[in-house]
Amino acid sequence: MATIKRTPLYEEHLKAEAKVIDFGGWEMPVQYAGILEEHRTVRNRAGLFDVSHMGEIEVRGVQALDLVNQLITNDAAKLADNQILYSPMCNDQGGIVDDLLVYRYTAEHFLLVVNASNTDKDYAWMLRHSDAYDAQLTDISAGTAQLALQGPLAQDILQTLTPTDLSDIKYYWFAQGKVAGVDCLISRTGYTGEDGFELYFAPQFAVQLWQDILVAGKPVGVEPIGLGARDTLRFEACLPLYGNELGENISPLEAGLGMFVQLGKADFVGKHALEEQKADGINRKIVGFAMLDRGIPRSHYPVAVNGQEIGFVTSGSYSPSLDKNIGLGLVDTKFATVGQEIEVIVRGKGLKAKIVPKPFYRRQR
Amino acid sequence: MMTPTNLKYTKEHEWVKIDGNKVTIGITDHAQHALGDVVFVELPNVGDTLEEGKPFGVVESVKAVSDVYAPVSGKVITINEALLDTPETVNQAPYEAGWMVEVELSDLTQLNDLIDAAAYEAFLKEEE
Repeated sequence: MATIKRTPLYEEHLKAEAKVIDFGGWEMPVQYAGILEEHRTVRNRAGLFDVSHMGEIEVRGVQALDLVNQLITNDAAKLADNQILYSPMCNDQGGIVDDLLVYRYTAEHFLLVVNASNTDKDYAWMLRHSDAYDAQLTDISAGTAQLALQGPLAQDILQTLTPTDLSDIKYYWFAQGKVAGVDCLISRTGYTGEDGFELYFAPQFAVQLWQDILVAGKPVGVEPIGLGARDTLRFEACLPLYGNELGENISPLEAGLGMFVQLGKADFVGKHALEEQKADGINRKIVGFAMLDRGIPRSHYPVAVNGQEIGFVTSGSYSPSLDKNIGLGLVDTKFATVGQEIEVIVRGKGLKAKIVPKPFYRRQR
Repeated sequence: MMTPTNLKYTKEHEWVKIDGNKVTIGITDHAQHALGDVVFVELPNVGDTLEEGKPFGVVESVKAVSDVYAPVSGKVITINEALLDTPETVNQAPYEAGWMVEVELSDLTQLNDLIDAAAYEAFLKEEE
C-alpha cells in the first residue's frame, strides 16, 4: 500500500479544524469554515491555500529550452527570463499527459510545475524523452512547499510582507524575493479566476509563512481555503482540471486549449497527431452549460440530445458566484454551439440544460 | 452534535418524529454536518409511496450526492417545498424547518426498527 503523504502544514490544518481527505495520495484539507463561505472569501477578499502537494521538476542544462519545448505543446521559446507559460504536455496520440506551468529562470534553467497526482508519471515521462538533450531533470517536489494567496486583496496583503514591489510583477511573470523573511519564488499566477500569487519556498519555512500571511491578512478577513473551494473557484473560471476536462484520451484541441498548442514550432511529442486532428477537425469539444431544470450536473453524468447520447459531464456543481447549477461537458462537436439545448441524465432522468458561453465567471478588472 | 430525545433515528442518519400513525422525516445534525453546505434537495411527490429502506429523496452538498432512505413504509402526505428553494435550511435547522416529508404509516410495527437518541449517539461513536 502506498503511504499517504502530508504537506508540512498538516498540523496547521488540523489546528484550523479542517476536514481532511485523501486527495490523490495526499492528506489535504477539503474545507475549513465551509466550501461556500471559503469560495466567497476568495472572490470578495482573499484566501490562503496550501498547495504544497503540487509537483516541481527542474530542468537545467545548455539544452534545457530544447528539452522543455520537446515536451510541451506551447512554445517556451517565447518566454523571457522570469516569465511563465501554461501548457499541456501530450503523448504521441495527442492525449494529455498533464498540464503544467513552465517557469523560465534562464534559457538553461526552467521549473515545471505539475499536478500532484501526476508528478511521478510526469517525471518518468520527461526522463524517457530527455536522452537526446544535454539537460538534467530533477524532481524537487519534496524540497518545495507552495502557498497560493488568491483574491482581490492578495497584492495589498502580500505587499506588507515583502520588499519586492509586487505591482512590477505582471500576470504570468515571477520574481525571486523575500516574503516574511523567507526566500521565495513569487509568481503572479493562480487557479481561482482571481488575481493573486503563488509562492514557492523551502518546506521548513511553511508553518511560519502560513501563519505570517494569515496574521497579515486577518484585519481584512483572509481565511485558509481548502481544496473544495479551490475546485468550485477554478470551475467557475473554466480552468480545466486534470482527470476531469483533461486526460490521456482527451486532446488539448478537444479541451479548448488550442491557443496553448503551437503547431508552428519544431517537433514536439504529439505534434503529428495534433496536426492531423486539426486538419480533420475535432469530433468532440468541451462546452459550458447551465441547467434549466432543477438538478446538479456531476462528472460522468451522460449528456444527450433527443434521447441520443452525445457526451458526458466533465465537471459540474452548484456555482456559488452565479447561484446556478452549471457544468462543463465533453460533447459531440455537432451539438457544441451556444444556445443548443441538451439533456443531462441525472439518476436516470433527462434534465434540460442549455449550452452557454465560457467562462461562467470573469473577474472585474 | 445535537440529538433530540423526542425523536427516533436510523443508522442511515435519518430522524423520525412520531405522531400517531403519521411521521415526519428528516436527516440528522450529524448527516448535515458530514455533507457540508447543502445546495440541492430532491423530494418525492405528495401521494408517492415510500418503502422502508429504499431511497426516497436526495440531498446534495457542493461536493457530495447522498440518498435519503425511507425509515418506514407509507404514503407521502406533505413535503417541505420550502427546501427546494432554500436547501441550506437542512444545515441550519435539521430537526425543525429542515424536515423533508410527512408520511402516513402503512405498518406501525416498523417503528420498532428505529433506535432512540441514546442508541443513535452510541452508534455515531462506534462509527468514528
